[in-house]
Amino acid sequence: MAAEAVSDAALPEHAGSAGVLPELASVPWRAPETAASLRRRGRLWTASAALHCFPFLAAAIGLVLLNPVATPVAIAALAHAWIIPELYAARGARVTHAKGSERSRPELVAQGLLGDLLGHDERDLQRQTGLALERGRLGVWLIGEAGALLVTDGGRRVHCFCVGVTDPDLPPSDRIAHLLLALRTDEEGFATVANHAFAGAAWRVRRRLDRRQRPALDSARAAARRFPRER
Amino acid sequence: MSRLIRMDGTGHSTLAQWTSDSPAAFDAAVAEFRAALDEGYVGVVDRGGGAATQVRELPREADLVILRRPIAGG
Repeated sequence: MAAEAVSDAALPEHAGSAGVLPELASVPWRAPETAASLRRRGRLWTASAALHCFPFLAAAIGLVLLNPVATPVAIAALAHAWIIPELYAARGARVTHAKGSERSRPELVAQGLLGDLLGHDERDLQRQTGLALERGRLGVWLIGEAGALLVTDGGRRVHCFCVGVTDPDLPPSDRIAHLLLALRTDEEGFATVANHAFAGAAWRVRRRLDRRQRPALDSARAAARRFPRER
Repeated sequence: MSRLIRMDGTGHSTLAQWTSDSPAAFDAAVAEFRAALDEGYVGVVDRGGGAATQVRELPREADLVILRRPIAGG
């Protein structure tokens, strides 16, 4: 979806407040994303994964019980039961993959601005991993160039969001700064505008992240463990 | 010295600077700010502590006003 200029006339009634993201006007059909709706999404994804896996698990057990000769087929069924959630997790983790170059002069300038927006520890983590950690009311966020991860449930669950700025000329750190400022303006609005791509176990998403990004998820999980459950 | 900056392909560009005792500089900054809003930019002031505010009028007292592009689900 293209990022479009949003005029005041196009804003919904509640968008007059400085605390409401103006981009909500471009997705008027979406219900606001809240802690409760995210919990529902998480449970739906868990149920969906179980429904995908259960037939393969049942088939594997049934085949072995019926005839041990069918064990290789049962192993193939178990592999399917393992691979399907992995594919979903890979799709979710892909939202954080870096897209831009990191050595250009504009990127160095953008790094300076992003660094000013972040605290000391978050700045170091972002330079090391490419992901900016931000504590919110819904959980702990990791912001990348074209997407965000939200760590909830005491660090056990990760929601993956696809969201970005479509201007192709922006350096990577400016892309992150755009998302960070939008998130800080209206966290629930940010989660509503973003496309929810996946929710699943943090350990499964971690396996699908780039190696250099994994420490960021570890830090976010640690922060989420200290995060009050119901905020 | 307050600044109005726009995130763009150069990293960011400073569009205007003003102080509390320079009304002409502030008026010029207001004109730049409104022109940027007309181009579809969103004005934001980062308040620190994980909070930011969207602004539709240039706040004279803000140290830094950032212009960003709208975001969208990918």
